Amino acid sequence: MQGHPDVVVVGAGVIGAACAEALSAAGLRVTVVDRGAPASGTTAAGEGNVLVSDKEPGPELELAKASRRLWPELLAGLAEEIGPQASEAEWEPKGGLVVATGGESAAPLADFAAGQRAAGVRAEEIAPDAAFDLEPHLTRAVTAAVHYPDDAQLQPVLAAAALLAAVRARGGRVRPGTEALGVERTAAGGVAGLRTGAGTIPCGAVVNACGPWSGEFSAAAGAPVDVRPRRGMVLVTAPLPPGTVRRKVYDADYVGAVASDGADLQTSTVVESTRAGTVLIGSSRQRAGFDDTVRVDVLRAVAAKAAALFPVLARVPVMRAYGGFRPYAPDHLPVIGPDPRLPGLWHATGHEGAGIGLAAATGRLLADLFTGAPPVLDPAPFRADRPALTAEAVS
Amino acid sequence: MSRETARVAVVGAGPAGLAAARAAAAAGAGVLLIDSEPAPGGQYLRRDALADAAGTARRDRATALPAGTEHLPDTSVWAVEPAPGGGRRLHLRTGPADAPGRRGRTVDAAALVLATGAHDRALPFPGWDLPGVFTAGAAQALAKEQRIAVGRRVLLSGTGPFLLPVARSLIGAGARVAAVLEAGEPVTGWLRDPAGLAAGTGKLGELAGHLALLARHRVPYRPRTAVVAAHGDGAVRAATTVRLDPDWNPVPGTERTVEADAVCVGFGFTPRTELAVAAGCAMAGGFAEVGAAQATSVPGVFAAGELTGIGGADLAAAEGEVAGAAAARLLGFAARPPLRALRRVRRGRRFAAALAAAHPVRPGWQGWLRDDTLVCRCEEVGRAELVEAARARQAVGTRSLKLATRVGLGPCQGRICARNAAELVGDPALADGFARRPIAAPIRLGELAEDPRTAAP
Ligand SMILES: Cc1cc2nc3c(=O)[nH]c(=O)nc-3n(C[C@H](O)[C@H](O)[C@H](O)COP(=O)(O)OP(=O)(O)OC[C@H]3O[C@@H](n4cnc5c(N)ncnc54)[C@H](O)[C@@H]3O)c2cc1C
Ligand SMILES: Cc1cc2nc3c(=O)[nH]c(=O)nc-3n(C[C@H](O)[C@H](O)[C@H](O)COP(=O)(O)OP(=O)(O)OC[C@H]3O[C@@H](n4cnc5c(N)ncnc54)[C@H](O)[C@@H]3O)c2cc1C
Repeated sequence: MQGHPDVVVVGAGVIGAACAEALSAAGLRVTVVDRGAPASGTTAAGEGNVLVSDKEPGPELELAKASRRLWPELLAGLAEEIGPQASEAEWEPKGGLVVATGGESAAPLADFAAGQRAAGVRAEEIAPDAAFDLEPHLTRAVTAAVHYPDDAQLQPVLAAAALLAAVRARGGRVRPGTEALGVERTAAGGVAGLRTGAGTIPCGAVVNACGPWSGEFSAAAGAPVDVRPRRGMVLVTAPLPPGTVRRKVYDADYVGAVASDGADLQTSTVVESTRAGTVLIGSSRQRAGFDDTVRVDVLRAVAAKAAALFPVLARVPVMRAYGGFRPYAPDHLPVIGPDPRLPGLWHATGHEGAGIGLAAATGRLLADLFTGAPPVLDPAPFRADRPALTAEAVS
Repeated sequence: MSRETARVAVVGAGPAGLAAARAAAAAGAGVLLIDSEPAPGGQYLRRDALADAAGTARRDRATALPAGTEHLPDTSVWAVEPAPGGGRRLHLRTGPADAPGRRGRTVDAAALVLATGAHDRALPFPGWDLPGVFTAGAAQALAKEQRIAVGRRVLLSGTGPFLLPVARSLIGAGARVAAVLEAGEPVTGWLRDPAGLAAGTGKLGELAGHLALLARHRVPYRPRTAVVAAHGDGAVRAATTVRLDPDWNPVPGTERTVEADAVCVGFGFTPRTELAVAAGCAMAGGFAEVGAAQATSVPGVFAAGELTGIGGADLAAAEGEVAGAAAARLLGFAARPPLRALRRVRRGRRFAAALAAAHPVRPGWQGWLRDDTLVCRCEEVGRAELVEAARARQAVGTRSLKLATRVGLGPCQGRICARNAAELVGDPALADGFARRPIAAPIRLGELAEDPRTAAP
């Protein structure tokens, strides 16, 4: 590539990759830097759920719906551009099934689904028997179930790698092992370049896509946003015969944990099989800073709920456990857009437990705002200068 | 759950763990010795059905447990984490891995010795996934414990001195050893080194004995040679051997087809580091880093034996003795400084360094593979697929390498393939990240779900 990039994206996770892809598709010259390896941060630590089922009506659901629509188009476009192999992301629109196992959670689940239907989500209440037809190994303790045909999954590392491959194919650069340290400013106070461990990269704009480390980088850049880590763990079983778990199956208490604020350990069960035959069991939520010590009580809680949902899994060996840090903002909404305090600085972060699913629409929205195109959805709820973000950051 | 404040917990009952138990007991400490094998001894001191009466008596003495030791055989430590009151909490399961009804237990240890050893390294080549290809260690275990020879006509291929005792065990179990192929320089050369690197380790005499036995059985010992392909329809019937240049590239025109129904490979060792990594111990070059008293970077955690470096059973035992004494001292017992053991450790480390320098794995092995030769057998990832996927997806970190190529995601969790895969994609350091396996041994979801503190004893 000739000359300097127009934009440097900091962070090569799925969010940075999606932003870089969308910006390069809009014709901008893009460089992506990551202090580690691409797609090795939170993006390699989560599951690949692309969900509409777990979100209550509101801005995040709108972003999720847009992203659910965009992902298959985006992947199909990449397949044409860089070939089916490089763009392979194991996309599976397999649908989700949310089940209530106690008498108490049946009514809230029905209410929740009704609200989502009003917001345009396909949420089909089905009888327990119909749920057993969909998932023969499901516990018979199910009292209510909602089927979400539009829930899907993909493999996050492959997806991020495909997006970045497209950026490279268009002449952009991806620079692993390059840490962003701050920004250089013009006389007028705007972004003049990105300072990195390997020298300054002159550019007109910088996108902060540092995931759970976004708070740190934005502070170093001089425009702090309040994004913090929330620890999560996932279990992976040995490969099982096909059909043991067919969809993405959740306990109805998922919804409670996603929206909740508690610091204590929470677990909500999501059980899904991958193309390799393994079953992923997620996940826990805990505020523990960046402490990555694996706690057995956390694994135990996740395992116990999964075994309750699918009793057949109790006999299955667990091969590994892994985890990461979900990036969250105080109001649990992503931050997408320009930072008015520092012209040329943009944020795309704070996607908490849904960044894989939300990446496609996030990249598009950021590029729309950047180029002045009509935005794919209303950007106002995600703006970087909303009080919830900066108020806590300065305190 | 037991809270161990007066006992030293030792994981691994090989030469290192046994020596640690003995030293701790000698200082007056109680010992909890946890080992996944049914009998103490580890890799080196296995029950040996081939040994004569004197050998058996020697082994029995070497594996005898000191008074005051509680030995938990068939027990794996599947996780380690910080204990709430300080020290480490070990999570145990007792019983064969695939059997139902394994018992769970947790132990909080204020002083912990990790002596988890190593397993031997196999290099891939076309046909290495055929039945009939074994690691040298597995073949030796079968021969020693059950008098079972892995084949009637066996080829050994690898590097380093520990191929020779395997040949001896195989001969003892009734196999005909077609040849012992050393990919590097002959062991006889560097062991006779004038610097006296092997002096006093007893290694020279041991190996001379092995070589004499090979000569008596007319087993050729061929340096700079390796098996580079195994052939057979459903099982090994023959193998291609070839001469190697100093970088282990095959020398064209030197291929030979050798009839054999088993091939045993051993290209050095890979330490079992998952517990050390999970405990937070600092690592160096893939091994647990230790100070003078075998202390790791984590207070209260000691490491000994092949977990800290590859140097044979004597070094492992010497390190174990130092670690056991230090662990007992930490608990307030008046352990005498193990001066002799410390000397043996120093000498052993010189030998270990010379061993590593004399028998490196050279990069030419990568040329033995065809495009479709599997690197990761669990997930069936072939060489070309691996290299191409890593390149196309810029998988330059361990996590992205695993998820972008599937290598190391299967049941072995990279124990067999991680180093090979990392070297094939051009960054050997990537192998280190595979050692992060918080679930250190297989456990069923139902076992994981149950709280051993509330489960029936
Ligand atoms: C257990 C768990 C399960 C999850 N399950 C799902 C799920 O099913 N579906 C879903 O949609 N989401 C899920 N998530 C959430 C999802 O993984 C995240 O929202 C998403 O990966 C965030 O992506 P990111 O690109 O913002 O962050 P990251 O992937 O963390 O990327 C940030 C990158 O920035 C780099 N970086 C940071 N600081 C600097 C710097 N100063 N200079 C250079 N580079 C820097 C880092 O190295 C990193 O690579 C889960 C998360 C967890 C932990
Ligand atoms: C084929 C072969 C031939 C050899 N020949 C010789 C020789 O002739 N001379 C020589 O000096 N050396 C020889 N060696 C090397 C020798 O075996 C080692 O140096 C020695 O065994 C190392 O002792 P250790 O105590 O460190 O480990 P090991 O002997 O390997 O013992 C480790 C023990 O820890 C247990 N363990 C590991 N993880 C766990 C866990 N999570 N939970 C519970 N238990 C666990 C293992 O099951 C094992 O029993 C040979 C090795 C091999 C493979």
